[in-house]
Amino acid sequence: MSILDAKIPEGTLEQKWTKFRSSVPLVNPANKRNLEVIVVGSGLAGASAAASLAELGYKVKVFCFQDSPRRAHSIAAQGGINAAKNYQNDGDSVYRLFYDTIKGGDYRSREANVYRLAEVSSGIIDQCVAQGVPFAREYGGMLSNRSFGGTQVQRTFYAAGQTGQQLLLGAYSSLERQIGMGAVKMYARHEMLETVTIDGKCRGIIARDLTTGKLERHFGHAVLLCTGGYGNVFYLSTNAMGSNVTAAWKAHKKGAHFANPCFTQIHPTCIPVSGDHQSKLTLMSESLRNDGRIWVPKKAGDTRKPIDIPEEERDYYLERRYPAFGNLVPRDVASRAAKERCDAGFGVGASKMAVYLDFAFNMDRYGKIEASKKGLENPDAHTIRELGKGVVKEKYGNLFDMYQQITGENPYEMPMRIYPAVHYTMGGLWVDYNLMTTVPGLYALGEANFSDHGANRLGASALMQGLADGYFVIPYTIGSYLSKEISTKSIDTNHEAFTKAEQEVQEKLTKLLAIKGTKSVDYFHKKLGKIIWNECGMSRTEAGLKKSIEDVRALQKEFWSDVIVPGTADEFNPELEKAGRVADFLELGELMCIDALDRNESCGGHFREEFQTEDGEALRDDEKYAYVAAWEFKGQNQFELHKEELKYENIKIAQRSYK
Amino acid sequence: MSGNMNLTLKVWRQKNNNAEGKLVNYQVKDISPDMSFLEMMDVLNEQLIVKGDEPIAFDHDCREGICGMCSLYINGRPHGPKDRVTTCQLHMRSFEDGQTITIEPWRAAPFPIVKDLAVNRSAFDRIIASGGYVSVNTGNAQDANSLPIGKEDADLSFAAAACIGCGACVAACKNASAMLFVSAKVSQLALLPQGQPERYLRVHNMVAKMDEEGFGNCTNTGACEAECPKGISLSNIARMNRDYFVAGFASDN
Repeated sequence: MSILDAKIPEGTLEQKWTKFRSSVPLVNPANKRNLEVIVVGSGLAGASAAASLAELGYKVKVFCFQDSPRRAHSIAAQGGINAAKNYQNDGDSVYRLFYDTIKGGDYRSREANVYRLAEVSSGIIDQCVAQGVPFAREYGGMLSNRSFGGTQVQRTFYAAGQTGQQLLLGAYSSLERQIGMGAVKMYARHEMLETVTIDGKCRGIIARDLTTGKLERHFGHAVLLCTGGYGNVFYLSTNAMGSNVTAAWKAHKKGAHFANPCFTQIHPTCIPVSGDHQSKLTLMSESLRNDGRIWVPKKAGDTRKPIDIPEEERDYYLERRYPAFGNLVPRDVASRAAKERCDAGFGVGASKMAVYLDFAFNMDRYGKIEASKKGLENPDAHTIRELGKGVVKEKYGNLFDMYQQITGENPYEMPMRIYPAVHYTMGGLWVDYNLMTTVPGLYALGEANFSDHGANRLGASALMQGLADGYFVIPYTIGSYLSKEISTKSIDTNHEAFTKAEQEVQEKLTKLLAIKGTKSVDYFHKKLGKIIWNECGMSRTEAGLKKSIEDVRALQKEFWSDVIVPGTADEFNPELEKAGRVADFLELGELMCIDALDRNESCGGHFREEFQTEDGEALRDDEKYAYVAAWEFKGQNQFELHKEELKYENIKIAQRSYK
Repeated sequence: MSGNMNLTLKVWRQKNNNAEGKLVNYQVKDISPDMSFLEMMDVLNEQLIVKGDEPIAFDHDCREGICGMCSLYINGRPHGPKDRVTTCQLHMRSFEDGQTITIEPWRAAPFPIVKDLAVNRSAFDRIIASGGYVSVNTGNAQDANSLPIGKEDADLSFAAAACIGCGACVAACKNASAMLFVSAKVSQLALLPQGQPERYLRVHNMVAKMDEEGFGNCTNTGACEAECPKGISLSNIARMNRDYFVAGFASDN
């Protein structure tokens, strides 16, 4: 085991980033033109990084597996993006955003990174507005804000329930502009399948053209992985079907440490699982908790319709348990509370694994305001409700439509049924302050890295981090590496390192196709998902994790002897793509369980049943576990733990309380 | 959970863009009305795979109606029988037991077929690259609230920006016109002060690129608006035409 150096700049918290930016070595414009950067992934982090680096003059290549960079899964983010603008004059500040994020992450993130994130947050909103991102506005023309979980200020900017879409299309436009100008070369329908290391530095990738199946070699002075999270290890999650860990995992196997893999976020408000056929789960934005109240019947097994259950027989359990934050507690807390009620027999719906998210109260509140605006005196209950529905429709219309489409129920008339589902992964490739992994020249941005959210991410912070990394962090930090690379000429891709890497990829593809077993890729993916969900999901135990490690290893063996992958490698073959991704998930799943077993405490999304307070809250052990667990790949089924000590110099580390 | 619907599917199979394609019949059984359309396709593919046959290729990703990757021409309509819904959000309860469902790819010359039901829509990216942006480099922005934008314009701009770039408008159009797609981006930026400096150059360049890519002309049929899963309004095309007209006068070209 070694101790990792995060290369955090000297100085006070407030000065670190400013001083770093002013003193980081620069690359002159003529040299930038000769430096090539590869960006893998075209979501918020990838598109913003690629556009910004191309604007600076670097030669950029971007790769994405989708048919267009605009499809990246950032597009599905619904609720909003945080920024410490304090436009609402409600006491927000950079420090408060920093503090909320550290506390929300249950004191397992790095102070310097989080402070920098809070500092650049305002600039993100400015940048997006300048690009023409149509954020929601008030009648006076000013930007509108709303609340998200784990905070007591309104700092979330949004565009209805489609904030991710609008932010991504903004970054995508900037990227397309650079593509049009020839500064970026775009490779859509391409998947990165290996990194190439020469003399200890990352120097390129092997990518597969998914349309023709051809393997390609690409050189870069630096490689940026902006490839998102690994939530699909659970099979069922709110991630897109194609979201995967492959790029990050290949990098891990070539030397990049993987940090805190067991820190996964189970989002409290998702549409419940309805059957075995289900291929994915759908999120209902956290912003709904602004106006929806969560409850279950007070009587276990109550089969009445929700609207027939009188007010006094309802248990608004979040408001009861956490009066200070109520329905807006952080996600990990809300998810565990829902699980606790359902496990205790109070769940609702056919499966009994759901709770109600009820808008009636706030629809009436809004309805009264609207009636008053219209000058209606003594409006009847029906009129009030109808007016209130209009307000809710404007705020969340697309989400309500989506709910109705999926469940066949009308959420304007009946409370929504919701249950927690896998949504985000705080863990990821370990990076230092520069966002560089343990492999020189290889960077990880956005959800693909581990750095900013600790053991639990607060709502509306993922978009913030993706864009912060891409627009405002990497353009500076990459200079400290590339300034030393100006005399490195482009390396010919006939170099033996490229040849060897391509051979490895080819062999793996050939092997997958040659098994010709009896079970589909999905069969293994579903089985893996069940193991990880049951034993490394919302609650974990020592015995369960030990067993799951064995189970996953057995499943790996079964996969490599009995999977069936149809078709060939030299054509468009989505099953082959999926097989490669699931093979990587099978290895990651094992590491997640190992990490969860090693961390003998509960923090954020990592809840070990053995470690809880008397009233069922997560019990941290700061003496022993105030560190980042960064795992090094040492060969099949072998991982070595390295630590980065987390030092809290500005925030007093405390038991997290939302009561 | 299995259900009780039995269906006949007629699916377009085509190995690649150079090969000839044809409709092939398949039977699926015990489909649940709660399945999404693509989950029903997953069931069929699972059957094909374990038999050793090639599964049907189709594009999809987010499965929540926002990424724009799913397509499919279902019983003669892009994204199937329901209005304002993408294929991935279409559920089997919208069909009847015993029904025959015909599934084809988007058909338009600028969208060549990749395989089976998957097509290449990169022409849309190239149109955006020709002008669908505000030319502002990172780091130049003024404070976001120093530019007040009236709620009505902001809302109209947002409504245009809701386009997911799926290409249903092109697939629905008898001329394979991309006017609804292009006008959505032109309108989003034309309605905002940030978009003004490049307003006329943008529309000029994007329309030129659209023509170059081989999309047809608009004959005001309105099929695009009717089939758009995001309800992008035909009035955007009118706005684009006005701007294009002005651009013609304003341009030295």
